[in-house]
Amino acid sequence: MTPMRTLATAGRVLTQIRHDPRTVGLLLVVPSLLIGLVAWIFTDTDVFSDIGPAMIALFPFIVMFLVTSISTLRERRSGTLERLLSMPMGKGDFILGYALAFGLLAIFQTAIAVSFAVWVCGLEIEGSLWLLFAVAVADALLGTALGLLASAFARSEFQVVQFMPVLVFPQILLGGIFIPRDQLPEALEIVSEWLPLSFAIDALQAVAGDTESTEWIVAKLLVIAAWIVGSIVLGSITLRRRTP
Amino acid sequence: MVNNSDAAPGAAVIVENLTVVRGGTPVLDQLSLAVPRGRIVGLLGPSGSGKTTLMRAIVGVQVVKSGTIEVLGLPAGSRALRTRMGYVTQQASVYDDLTVRQNLAYFRRIVGAPASDVDRVIERTDLDTVAGRLAGSLSGGQRSRVSLAAALLGAPEVLVLDEPTVGLDPVLRVELWGLFRSLADDGATLLISSHVMDEAKRCDRLLLMRDGRLLADDSVRGVLEVTGTDDVEQAFLRLIERGEPDLRSTNETEAQR
Ligand SMILES: Nc1ncnc2c1ncn2[C@@H]1O[C@H](COP(=O)(O)OP(=O)(O)O)[C@@H](O)[C@H]1O
Ligand SMILES: [Mg+2]
Repeated sequence: MTPMRTLATAGRVLTQIRHDPRTVGLLLVVPSLLIGLVAWIFTDTDVFSDIGPAMIALFPFIVMFLVTSISTLRERRSGTLERLLSMPMGKGDFILGYALAFGLLAIFQTAIAVSFAVWVCGLEIEGSLWLLFAVAVADALLGTALGLLASAFARSEFQVVQFMPVLVFPQILLGGIFIPRDQLPEALEIVSEWLPLSFAIDALQAVAGDTESTEWIVAKLLVIAAWIVGSIVLGSITLRRRTP
Repeated sequence: MVNNSDAAPGAAVIVENLTVVRGGTPVLDQLSLAVPRGRIVGLLGPSGSGKTTLMRAIVGVQVVKSGTIEVLGLPAGSRALRTRMGYVTQQASVYDDLTVRQNLAYFRRIVGAPASDVDRVIERTDLDTVAGRLAGSLSGGQRSRVSLAAALLGAPEVLVLDEPTVGLDPVLRVELWGLFRSLADDGATLLISSHVMDEAKRCDRLLLMRDGRLLADDSVRGVLEVTGTDDVEQAFLRLIERGEPDLRSTNETEAQR
């Protein structure tokens, strides 16, 4: 692995995306539009102030998961990955290059989503806005990292899309959006305590309500970071130079 | 089975008893062959005969069941070989949403070649006029030349080209063979696959393949002599009828040159 090849790959991925303005547009505004829709649906209630933080965790996470897994899968199927792996390209360079490129996009996307939720939809944040932003970015990065990992196990676009319900939906269902996690049946509650998205939702809700200390939130943030690093490492280990 | 690789000490590629299984069925069966240095070797056979699989094995991206492959004296797939070999996959493996120049600039940085290499390979593959266009907007022939140009970055010693001339117009095909010849004259070793038999005569040596086995590993002249024809397609048929492959060591046939 060399920084030169990692950065070259990240730059290349960003150049590719730049040539596709529609994707950039969708990537940056879709999460905000969805948050706006949720806010609108619950206009006359105070539900949005409860689930708004979770929405900031949810939509960027899903969008980044899909975009990342599909673009790396495309690389597998177009033969460019085979070419790269026959060249002096480190497996880590490839995965990390993608993570950096989409991580950068995730920062912009999250900044827009958080700003939109707070200043347009009127989501009230009692705690630090910076902390909210940090957790939201980590969460979008988590989507990217899991997307990289998922594409390693998918053989077709169809399978990648199937990974959504398998990897992402249970995390949403068990994340405490539909029902607080402590009211889940015990077995599910234990499972939910291990799912990375639960940490993100907990942390965002804690920042919004200013219900926990900064240390508590930073601890959650570190767990999410561990998941990101773990997925990236696992993603590069599972990448094979030789294929059957 | 005749083992011709012993007789080829200076070979760029030596394959011995290579067996590859894909999707549960054996695709290559106890294959042995040698590719001499500085030569153009044509790998010819019908679609599905195992040409791509053999090339992938030589490049080191194919899981192999048994056998050994040496490239430039190193086991295939060695890290040190990755800058010394160029591989062009059967489908043009370039980024459609990058321009020709952006594609080459990226691969150049991965290979670690000097920046001037981009212009050199653009010129050699005649892509000057389309260098600023998106690869996805090019014709099939142009895209495959971009793919070829990427493999020329860093001036590799061994080039493995999987059907590089497929679907090209005849003028372009002649030009490309001219390029291959000049690369060989500069000392590169080229293994070029094709399912079009009439490309055979432009090669120095032929590997004729059918169903994962070799029908011939010989010079072009040698194959034609053994089969008593002047047409490689005919030779292919006669070798099938004969039921015995024409495997003559490099030295033996080199002496005839
Ligand atoms: N990914 C794969 N999985 C299983 N079988 C494969 C795969 N790729 C090719 N094959 C089989 O291997 C055989 C040889 O294929 P290939 O090497 O592509 O031949 P060629 O390049 O000469 O057309 C074919 O029978 C093909 O069906
Ligand atoms: Mg093929």
